[in-house]
Amino acid sequence: MTRVETYPTLAEAARALGEAAYMAGGTLVMRDVNAGTAPPRLVRAADPELTAISAAGDSIRLGAGVTMAQILARPELDFLHEAARRIGGPQIRNMATVGGNLFAPHPYGDLAVALIALGGRAILAGQGTRPVEQIVRERERPPLVAAIEIARPRPGAFGFAKVARVKPKGASVLALAVLAPREGSTLRGVRVALGAMGDHPLRSAGAERALEGRPFDAEAIARAARQVAEGLDPPTDSLATGWYRREVAGVHLARLLESLRGGRA
Amino acid sequence: MKTPVAFTLNGVERAAFADPGQNLLDFLRRAVGDLTPKYGCGQGGCGACTVVVDGKTVLSCLVLAETVAGKRVETAAGLAQGAALHPLQHAFMEHFAAQCGYCTPGMLISARALLDRNPNPSRAEIVEAISGNLCRCTGYEPIIAAIESVAAGRTRA
Repeated sequence: MTRVETYPTLAEAARALGEAAYMAGGTLVMRDVNAGTAPPRLVRAADPELTAISAAGDSIRLGAGVTMAQILARPELDFLHEAARRIGGPQIRNMATVGGNLFAPHPYGDLAVALIALGGRAILAGQGTRPVEQIVRERERPPLVAAIEIARPRPGAFGFAKVARVKPKGASVLALAVLAPREGSTLRGVRVALGAMGDHPLRSAGAERALEGRPFDAEAIARAARQVAEGLDPPTDSLATGWYRREVAGVHLARLLESLRGGRA
Repeated sequence: MKTPVAFTLNGVERAAFADPGQNLLDFLRRAVGDLTPKYGCGQGGCGACTVVVDGKTVLSCLVLAETVAGKRVETAAGLAQGAALHPLQHAFMEHFAAQCGYCTPGMLISARALLDRNPNPSRAEIVEAISGNLCRCTGYEPIIAAIESVAAGRTRA
């Protein structure tokens, strides 16, 4: 039997959490409740701060309870729209939250891929901030996230692509996000993030090494494509084998990089 | 320990007791008696349980029943006004958009949500709007045609 406790603030929910599971939009936790595999206690917070979106200059703060539909309704978040739009169907997008996406099991978590490439930081409930790429690894005991902070990318410096077998609604064969800022003709501060290429969204050290500090040219793109899956062991599931994911990751990365280089992202 | 839940269902005030951890779909079907939302996958994958809560389409199997207290819930049971069917229901019959009928209430709810915010959608927008609803009989074409016919009808009116 599942007991649900709802607290008015996230701070109170955090104090009460203990061994309970935190439930936000419900698209992940309710599946376990329905299957009878959820923990006996669920904790929720009805904190209005969680659903707030605020922007100060180019710094954007997304409450952890902000839904994909909320992101899509905000024109100033256009750089996140491709990632948010490709998650689930309309009903899921009305429910699924930013915070939940960080800990969504493979092959889900497409928005987290975008947030990692953007250098997003998670503001934790009462315990400072940490990079999104670190907290997505903590699947066993996910930290309670209050909000995500990201910097708006410069126009044309950010791109996201999702590869799925079914459109418009399909889970990821893989997902890719690239931040490729340029200083003059040189790439500086490159971040390449991948989804469905491991147990959680992650950065591609190989692709970043191939691009960082180089001119944004065909040679750098080709090298990034060759190195993108270096050191990675992508999962095999009903959508694709790990071998297939490794083989095609470079092809899709090269396409995304070409579109960024040509200003078509 | 049951939780009392008072809410409006298709514009009518209702109240019933929800079990701990009970989802909205089960609550509507068992405690309230509205059998139009269907139990398909219980995982948020099929859309057969689609309802509207406070103006937004959601999957009722993934909503905690107690969280709809004080909210407006709409189901396919609220589409017809007495004996007068909703235009979408007529169109689904005209275009043979229901075969086994199991996805139909969810399809109708998603279609109405689309037409409410976009009375003249493109075919691509219709496909997108019903992408969270699976149909294993029709191949979708009759459903898309039915929704297109209502959209076109509204344009003429």
